[in-house]
Amino acid sequence: MPENRQAPAIEVTNLVKTFAGVAAVNGISFTVPRGEIIGFLGPNGAGKSTTMRILTAYLPATSGSVSICGYPVATEPDAVKRRVGYMPENNPLPEEMRVSEYLYFRGRLKEVPRRKLGSRIDEVLELCDLKRVRHKIIGRLSKGFRQRVGIAESVLAEPPVIIMDEPTIGLDPHQILIVRDLISSLRGRMTVLISSHILPEIEMTCDRVLIINQGRIVAQGTPAELRRDVLGQSAYEIEASGPLGSLPFLLGSIDPGLSVASEGEPDAQGFRKVTLKTVNDDDEGEAILRACQSEGLRVRALSRAQPTLEDVFLAATRRSWDSVSEVGKPGEKP
Amino acid sequence: MKHFFTILSHEIRMLLVSPSTYIAGVLFLWLMGFIFTDILEQFSKAAQAESPVAVFFQLYWMPVIFMVPLLTMKCLAEERRLGTIETLLTTPVTTTEVVLGKYAAAYLLYLAFWGSTSGLFYILKRFAGDNHLIDPGPIVGGYLFIAISGLFFIAIGVFSSALSRNQAVAGMMCASMLIALILGGRYLGSAIWLDREALAPLKAAVEYAQISNHFEDFTRGVVDTRELLFYVSGTFLALIFSILSVEAKLLHS
Repeated sequence: MPENRQAPAIEVTNLVKTFAGVAAVNGISFTVPRGEIIGFLGPNGAGKSTTMRILTAYLPATSGSVSICGYPVATEPDAVKRRVGYMPENNPLPEEMRVSEYLYFRGRLKEVPRRKLGSRIDEVLELCDLKRVRHKIIGRLSKGFRQRVGIAESVLAEPPVIIMDEPTIGLDPHQILIVRDLISSLRGRMTVLISSHILPEIEMTCDRVLIINQGRIVAQGTPAELRRDVLGQSAYEIEASGPLGSLPFLLGSIDPGLSVASEGEPDAQGFRKVTLKTVNDDDEGEAILRACQSEGLRVRALSRAQPTLEDVFLAATRRSWDSVSEVGKPGEKP
Repeated sequence: MKHFFTILSHEIRMLLVSPSTYIAGVLFLWLMGFIFTDILEQFSKAAQAESPVAVFFQLYWMPVIFMVPLLTMKCLAEERRLGTIETLLTTPVTTTEVVLGKYAAAYLLYLAFWGSTSGLFYILKRFAGDNHLIDPGPIVGGYLFIAISGLFFIAIGVFSSALSRNQAVAGMMCASMLIALILGGRYLGSAIWLDREALAPLKAAVEYAQISNHFEDFTRGVVDTRELLFYVSGTFLALIFSILSVEAKLLHS
């Protein structure tokens, strides 16, 4: 079968999955081009794991279509399974096997030719920094090592698409850093879909983010696009002293949308912290600074507040809670 | 069926490195040796109607009822409980290959356990110096019966393991199904209410499914194809239900 090079790595159209009448995934559509790292964000029970299981042909969809590298999951599950490396939630591993034995067994199941398998196992052990524990029994490994065994296993057969359900859950910050570097090193070569609710994590590794809640996509785009689309404003913080009463008028001359959002109490030196908000996305810091000085305000600090993905996430999910609370009962995680 | 051998060799390997296999093997041999010595003791006290070999194989159901659940309860229940079934089924492996691979490994271990009891007959032959005690016919027939009925018993074990994610529940279910099959048939066969004229077809069916009757035929050297069919079709049915049950649990997980 000729591989369709043009087909996007993952294509999902109107995916619906219901469990006993309750919709866990409700009409999701998205496309992931090849070589991209995409983050899947959502609160618990949003349908992340269910969507991933459908993408790996483990669960059948109720309706809608999913294709991986151009192969529809519903009709060609074998072709899909050959092209996906999957690491499930909580990373289940057989307790009583050795690391190298486990990788050998998985390699055979994933149809890696026997001749190549030995050197390929060495490669992934090297990649995931597992050489020291290759002869250890998996049940005796620490959480960080087990997680890396799971990642090594998912990249073992060099699949074009890798799907990892919460790969960094339960790791310490140092291990998270290692896992993040590992995922970044796959950029361009493989398409990676990772889910997480650790937001800085996603922000640093992913090219694009999908936020889902209640089985629906509530926002998608690059982290920067999401900030603009979901929050719709940028904020500046200024610490100044002097006649602050003239500030609103002053700001209006720079940008009609710019307004004072909050004003703090003056501290010992007479400086107040003022938060300004605008819908305009251009950097207006310099204009604000110049305007303040021309009015004789003394400015000690000016910064543009960077909304974190966390703010975006909270805003996006809150928005979707509001919209579904009228429709009916929220979906439950099976 | 490409992955059947991968899974089978993996399962056998896991059985060989696991200490519980050896402990189970030793306990099994210990029990069988105990039974065997007891039979020989009875035999040495007074002449018995049946040969020691026949008596030994008549007690086949004792090890079956406790060994088969222990051998099979783990195979699918454990995979589901740990969640490794998810990693297993997201590789290009079919459910059929997984179930058959695990079934074959459990069956081979069952055969190996029973095969080890042949040492008892060797010791008797070597040291009794008396060949009339051991008749090769019933021995071959007995082992043939064990091998063929084992197909069905192990398949029942795999099926009950597919039903539950709890090993203990799977084991108990398997034991009760085996008891119902082996001893329940015997009980029904002797039930008086079945002797009525109207129930004659039912009586015939019960007679057909009498495992102890099959056993007697085998030790007498009669291999009836209808009896073979009983075990082979039972095995197929149990395995098909195991595969369906694994898949159904995925759909309704």
